[in-house]
Amino acid sequence: MSIMTELANRDRVFNFLTPTDSPVDVRHGPILYLEDVTVSFDGFRAINDLNLTIDDGELRCIIGPNGAGKTTMMDIITGKTAPDTGSVWFGSRHNLLTMSEPEIASLGIGRKFQKPSVFEALTVFENLELAMATDKRVFPTLTATMKPEYRDRIGEVLETIGLKDLMHRPAGILSHGQKQWLEIGMLLMQRPRLLLVDEPVAGMTEQEMERTAELLTSLAGKQSVVVVEHDMGFVRSIARKVTVLHQGSVLAEGTMDQVSNDPEVIKVYLGEEA
Amino acid sequence: MWLARPLQERSTQLFLGILFLALIAVTALHLALPEGHPLHVSAYTVTLLGKYLCYALLAVAVDLVSGYLGILSLGHGAFFALGGYAMGMYLMRQIGDRGTYGDPVLPDFMVFLNWQELPWYWYGFDMAWFAFAMVLLVPGALALVFGWLAFRSRVTGVYLSIITQALTFALMLAFFRNEMGFGGNNGLTDFREILGFNLRSDATRLGLFIATGIALAIGYVVCRGIVTSKLGRVSVACRDAEARTRFLGYRVERVQLFVFVVSAMLAGVAGALYVPQVGIINPSEFSPIFSIEIVVWVALGGRATLYGAVIGAILVNYAKTVFTGVMPDAWLFALGALFVLVTVFLPQGIAGLLRKRRKTTDDGSGPSDAPTTAEATA
Amino acid sequence: MSIPRLLTMLLFVLLMAPVGTAMAQQDDGSGEKLLEQLADASPASTEEALQAIAASGHERARAWLEAYGNNRLSRVKDTGEIVIVLNNRGRDWTVADAVTGENLGEMSRRDLDRIAINNAVRRQLAGVLAMLDLYAEDPEVREEAARDLMGKVDEAVLDPLIGRLDEEPVAAVRNRLEQAVAIYRVEQEGSIEAVDVLAGSLHPRARAALNSAVASENPALKAAAQKALLSVEQKLKMNRAAETLYFGLSLGSVLVLAAIGLAITFGVMGVINMAHGELIMLGAYTTWGMQQLLPGQPGLALILSIPAGFLVAALAGIAIERSVIQFLKGRPLETLLATFGVSLILQQLVRTVISPLNRTVVTPEWMSGSLVINDALSLTLNRMYVLGFALLVFAGLMLIMRRTRLGLEVRAVTQNRAMARSMGIKATRVDIMTFALGSGVAGLAGVALSQLTNVGPNLGQNYIIDSFMVVVFGGVGNLWGTLVAGLTLGTINQLLEPWAGAVLAKIIVLVFIILFIQKRPRGLFPQKGRAAEG
Repeated sequence: MSIMTELANRDRVFNFLTPTDSPVDVRHGPILYLEDVTVSFDGFRAINDLNLTIDDGELRCIIGPNGAGKTTMMDIITGKTAPDTGSVWFGSRHNLLTMSEPEIASLGIGRKFQKPSVFEALTVFENLELAMATDKRVFPTLTATMKPEYRDRIGEVLETIGLKDLMHRPAGILSHGQKQWLEIGMLLMQRPRLLLVDEPVAGMTEQEMERTAELLTSLAGKQSVVVVEHDMGFVRSIARKVTVLHQGSVLAEGTMDQVSNDPEVIKVYLGEEA
Repeated sequence: MWLARPLQERSTQLFLGILFLALIAVTALHLALPEGHPLHVSAYTVTLLGKYLCYALLAVAVDLVSGYLGILSLGHGAFFALGGYAMGMYLMRQIGDRGTYGDPVLPDFMVFLNWQELPWYWYGFDMAWFAFAMVLLVPGALALVFGWLAFRSRVTGVYLSIITQALTFALMLAFFRNEMGFGGNNGLTDFREILGFNLRSDATRLGLFIATGIALAIGYVVCRGIVTSKLGRVSVACRDAEARTRFLGYRVERVQLFVFVVSAMLAGVAGALYVPQVGIINPSEFSPIFSIEIVVWVALGGRATLYGAVIGAILVNYAKTVFTGVMPDAWLFALGALFVLVTVFLPQGIAGLLRKRRKTTDDGSGPSDAPTTAEATA
Repeated sequence: MSIPRLLTMLLFVLLMAPVGTAMAQQDDGSGEKLLEQLADASPASTEEALQAIAASGHERARAWLEAYGNNRLSRVKDTGEIVIVLNNRGRDWTVADAVTGENLGEMSRRDLDRIAINNAVRRQLAGVLAMLDLYAEDPEVREEAARDLMGKVDEAVLDPLIGRLDEEPVAAVRNRLEQAVAIYRVEQEGSIEAVDVLAGSLHPRARAALNSAVASENPALKAAAQKALLSVEQKLKMNRAAETLYFGLSLGSVLVLAAIGLAITFGVMGVINMAHGELIMLGAYTTWGMQQLLPGQPGLALILSIPAGFLVAALAGIAIERSVIQFLKGRPLETLLATFGVSLILQQLVRTVISPLNRTVVTPEWMSGSLVINDALSLTLNRMYVLGFALLVFAGLMLIMRRTRLGLEVRAVTQNRAMARSMGIKATRVDIMTFALGSGVAGLAGVALSQLTNVGPNLGQNYIIDSFMVVVFGGVGNLWGTLVAGLTLGTINQLLEPWAGAVLAKIIVLVFIILFIQKRPRGLFPQKGRAAEG
């Protein structure tokens, strides 16, 4: 951020006053802020004038029919896809559009992919080790050693995700649901400020789903969580606030009851199911 | 310390043990037994074995990038050749005025081309320390620049393979030119001594063989050190799920660049040790086919195992020696068939066979480094 | 005796008679006499004999002189009769009566005495033939002869030449003769008017004359010559640019041909076929084989090679697909290695079965020679045919991919294999067909390449890296990209060549592509959207 823009921020003249433990400045409300974002592929507008605000500590569910732009939105937030227009801010200080994926990740945005994406050749333990929030530059990584406190932290997460027994098995042998859990575990290891969770319960049993819901709701408050999900039952079980995407922009926003009674929403989406 | 870690590993100890035993055995059989003795190892064989060890080191370097990082470089011969040329330039300057034309400074081919003075890039190669530094730095620098450009723009997979081919092809064309000042077609040859030792004496040859063995040991430990470190696990992570790694906060391109440069330097060392033993370096070392061949040594031995690369390199080159001696025409058939058979029927290589056997005997569930079939998340 | 003097005499004689057919009448046995004179001549009197023949206006005078120049004029030992050897292969030679031209059948080589010619005489003969040609009926022959005279005009032939100039009915020939005369005038007389005549000429001799005039003492002449030279240089520059462009497009068309098959197998199917170059080689060898089967009919053989080359390469492609590639689906790097192995085997196979040496493929007559635009620019026909062929193949492929059922199925399978299958498309069959198509096109490339380069076991290897570069540069999965990329790279290469040299030009192009891919990893014409992101 240039000096000029620093100075323009009248309310925050002295940088050293901001808390140092987290670089994200959320004193002014939202942790994530998307404004007028548009992106198109070959003329097709995947995201169309999207405006979205996530408050700090909020648990938000995003629903919408296929092709509504949910995954593309996540791609934009995490730096994978650059939008044509618009701005994306993390807190009030970080312009995400100028940052690379690793920078965004180090800043505290964790992402779980739609298709579970774990390192299949590595063990469960190693998967979590790599995700741990440490110095991720090349040379520190080369000389990194396994400290007892790291081991404890990994142990905790293993406990949480219920994979303790499998910790030394390669992740490739895990079931679909277990991979989902491992990936969530990796997210937890990152200790992000904001979790983007894409279809977390696909392929999970009823029981696993319940535990996932429990976990996600317990995270909210300390961390902000954005969940994209198709499973309406699951959404209903965790949602406090729901955003409906349609054709790349926000169609409705509110509690589950509010949106499910919204005539527009019923027309494009819920109407088919309800 | 990351370099010490592999030394505590049983597999590395085993590898180093076998390697040193082999070095001692060859040395003993060469020195202690008279020439007529059936178990005597001739100076020729010592040099041949030294050559195999150079290839083995090269294969280890290639395995580091292709096996663990998932970057199939089809241009590693270029780094090997550049290391070789750096050494060749040193050896050329060591000839001094003993060349055919007796010029104290200019190598013979420059006199032949009527060059009046030494090109600037030949300066300093009369000093061993400088030349040996260049053996590491030149391949390293090329890998750094090339890798930086490629990884930064996320050129990976097949595309990277193809442009590494183009890289070594372009270098080959360049080194064929007389104007480049590297001896053109004929390359650099007629070496006499290295560090004051006569290259044609048996003792020097034995010394080079042992030096190569030690270099292989060091190279192996360095690679093993990287592979067993957290960085090694990050490399595997880059190989199997690049996007995931990036979203965890790792700068994939820097990891790739680091490993690529280390690998290129090791290849350079292999080339530098190769040249004094075979007595010549010419542009054919840059040929794309040689670079692809290296990958097959690694594939035969088993990717992402390091020791497999050593086994593969030695086996294939031994076979090449035998074939070209007995029926030279058949060699390319055999090599071609090897390419096909290994990729179709032996995707895990010899190391995979060994592992399978071990698994069936003790049903161990040790960690597996083997690459998964998914080449990338792409 | 100098050539011009000889020519003068000859001209003098010729000018006495009207042009053309009138002279052909007088045949009264004098033919034998003329030939006798030549055959018996001592080195000193040979020239006289030549003049006599040229001056005779005998209708077969040209045949005699040519035969004489080619060492084919012989005397039969027993009869003393003079004959022209038609075919001198083997032990028995076919001969014809020199005077009548009647075929006399075969005769043992030993019964013939060659009528000797030395190099000095041969040079004279060339001049004599050129002047003879000035009176030929065919204006093209006359023009050719006039062109040969440029810079060879001498005081002695000047007047007869000017005389001929007035009679010449064809403007182009007259133009040539004028230039020939003007060169003489500029060089010998320093004529300024003559300089103007040469201003438009691109002939190197005309330029040399102007250059000499520039060095003259006479300021007016000097100025005129400089001006003329400038316009000549400008014209030359344009012609050179046109030539470079032509060579560039020609090289580009070769690249397109070599790469277009790859654009299908690699670009559309995603299969890295390192044996693609060897499929090209097979096409080229098919042409060679066809010509061996049809000796003496290189043109027919070449045309038949087009379907044959396609078929051979396509079958080889199917064999490769079935035996190797199908087992490596979804593992591009393994495919690359395995097909490279196949390429080694194919190369070695050709080396062992046919020969490690290059084979010569004959260029049929209608493809050899060149299209002469002017003195500085002539376009070789074979390259033009290859260029046209490349465009045809491209258009054909476009049609197949865009308009046929196969093209539709191929696009469906490559975009979503599972979906295509569920819609009843036999994906395996489509794979085979597509691969066969790409391979067959490689074979076509080989047929075309056999006309431009040596046909040898390494033919394919030389093109494989280039082909991949073209496809990658153009953007994978885009046939138009391949066309544009091929032509562009070819032209860039040719543009660089004059100042960088062939090898360096190639290196620069390679480095350029390597850098380009960093900038635009998806090539010139990238596929967009989520599918491409992967």
